[in-house]
Amino acid sequence: MQKSIKIEVKRYIPEKQPTPFYQEYEIPLEPKWGVLDALTYIKDEMDGTLSFRWSCHMGVCGSCGMMVNGQPALTCATFLEEYLPGPIRIEPLDHFRVIRDLVIDTDDFMGKLKRVKPWLIPVEEKPLSEGENKQTPAELAAFKQYTLCINCLLCYSACPVVGLNETFVGPAAIALAQRYNYDSRDQGQAERHDVLLDHGGAFDCTLIGECSRACPKHVDPTGAIQRYKADGALEYWKRLILPRGAASK
Amino acid sequence: MKKSQNNDPFWWSFFGAGGVFSSFFVPIHVLLLGLALPLGWWLWPEHESLLELARHPLARIYLFLLIALSLFHAAHRIRFTLHDLLLAHSVDKPAAFACYGGAIIGTLYAMVTVWTL
Repeated sequence: MQKSIKIEVKRYIPEKQPTPFYQEYEIPLEPKWGVLDALTYIKDEMDGTLSFRWSCHMGVCGSCGMMVNGQPALTCATFLEEYLPGPIRIEPLDHFRVIRDLVIDTDDFMGKLKRVKPWLIPVEEKPLSEGENKQTPAELAAFKQYTLCINCLLCYSACPVVGLNETFVGPAAIALAQRYNYDSRDQGQAERHDVLLDHGGAFDCTLIGECSRACPKHVDPTGAIQRYKADGALEYWKRLILPRGAASK
Repeated sequence: MKKSQNNDPFWWSFFGAGGVFSSFFVPIHVLLLGLALPLGWWLWPEHESLLELARHPLARIYLFLLIALSLFHAAHRIRFTLHDLLLAHSVDKPAAFACYGGAIIGTLYAMVTVWTL
């Protein structure tokens, strides 16, 4: 029975060394330890200088996404036992600027996310006195799957188009745009079309499908993007052919 | 609301239409002309009667759509495959030019051929 396992961590400490390097740690192999537990053990017991993000430890917050043996994964939901006998190589998420060690810069994603306006855009605000906005179970089902996104960015690491084309708005942002496009309370489709039809929008996707494979919450961004392409193409022709203002407002 | 500056939805529309059209109808042609006739599952129809069938106005429209839309479907897919295989966003513009250009030339050729059958 194996008692320990080797962990190789990609380190980057810009003020000490301008290039990233790998550091090995031999840690005890505890049953049911996740990769995040291994990193926590290293930080608490072996090397306090190791930096990484985490929060909930239960696959909900989306903070602990990293490359584990070359595949994007939530480290809290990825177990050491899956990689026996080791070693396990842990790197920051691909396609992002690294701030330090395993901590990536999410600013580019946050900017892209904001561009698709992932919030309810009603035609007019209803006063509170008119009560709640009711939805039928069918209306909820139309978009519920896309609400499950936790912004963990695994899909951005998995997507080759994100790596090749930095203007691409990316899988999660489009899935979240669709989350609001399919919401019966929302009327913001036209504003989102402006972004998603344009360069860097949904049509830059080359339909590889790795985003849906990587997604830990089964949001299926690939499906969301393909559905958008059908909706978006229709909108494109409406804007091309119909008089101004006749396409979706 | 603004008109899109991006032509990709335009090309995607033909890709989508071509995908639907070719996935429905091409297997029928493969089955009839590629398997059933050569393997003698049915009697060979006379060349003249097949030609007569193809000369029907509706058949001409059908054949033109089948060829042209399939070409645009293939062009779009090859363009994206080049982007992904060569791992270079810079090849996208020349690839789009070559692929859609090829599909346009093929479409014109199909139009003339189907018209003059």
